[in-house]
Amino acid sequence: MDLAAIAFYVLATVTILSGVLVVLARNPVHSVLFLIAAFVSAAGLLVMLSAEFLAMLLVVVYVGAVAVLFLFVVMMLDIDFARLREGFARYLPLGAVIAGVLAVEMILVSSAVASRGAAAVNRDVATPAADATNAEVIGRVLYTDYVLLFQAAGMVLLVAMIGAIVLTLRHRPYVKRQDIGRQVNRRRKDAIDVISVPSGQGVDL
Amino acid sequence: MSVGLDHYLAVGAILFTIGVFGIFVNRKNIIVILMAIELILLAVNINLVAFSAYLNNVQGQIFAMLVLTVAAAEAAVGLAILVTFFRNRGDINVEAAGLMKG
Repeated sequence: MDLAAIAFYVLATVTILSGVLVVLARNPVHSVLFLIAAFVSAAGLLVMLSAEFLAMLLVVVYVGAVAVLFLFVVMMLDIDFARLREGFARYLPLGAVIAGVLAVEMILVSSAVASRGAAAVNRDVATPAADATNAEVIGRVLYTDYVLLFQAAGMVLLVAMIGAIVLTLRHRPYVKRQDIGRQVNRRRKDAIDVISVPSGQGVDL
Repeated sequence: MSVGLDHYLAVGAILFTIGVFGIFVNRKNIIVILMAIELILLAVNINLVAFSAYLNNVQGQIFAMLVLTVAAAEAAVGLAILVTFFRNRGDINVEAAGLMKG
């Protein structure tokens, strides 16, 4: 067994075990941490497939943004997680059986595709061209043939950003805020009254 | 025994199944459901990149990038809905979401 095969099996095992632990962990913070482990080892798998750019993108986007967002929400909300696990043991056996059947079926189909489908002619990962890096190859296709799809992806991100802000923005009318215009426009006569008080009578407020 | 396309496809299939299983067993905990959806999308990405590498065609990686974009957007909006739901109800039990029907 060569080094590449050993690396593949280690990365695949770590990915799958972390995936199982994401789903089964008792504490959601642990789930998020296992999710990060799964993403990092999946990025390793992508490096083995010589998709270096996508692997680094996976680390930056998933580990750097999405997983941290999950961690932030899990820690920000005060949630009784024990109550949310009700019914977990009840669904576990049936769910495991169905998942096992589904996994076996999908592996059978995919190995059939790999041995007889369009990819059957290539027994090994195609060696990337020596004169262009992976990022360069992706860029050449992305900015020419797929430029519309690229713009659409930008729109998706814009809509998601606006949606997230609109959903979570909260106006609080009772909070005191500084109003610079009002502050500057304030004159002496708005602020103070000079009253001559007759002695012994006091003032009406 | 060298690593072939079917090995990567098997990893993708198992990860996809774990994601579906996670949605099934954690029916009440929407945070874990969202994480399971992320696992499913990761499995799809592994499949796309594996085919891209073995067919020597970069289009698979382009599609994987688009899946990545959609996954990030989905996580952001999903968590925003989750935060709003928590503010309104005080917990995140998905079964109580039926009350929103009015």
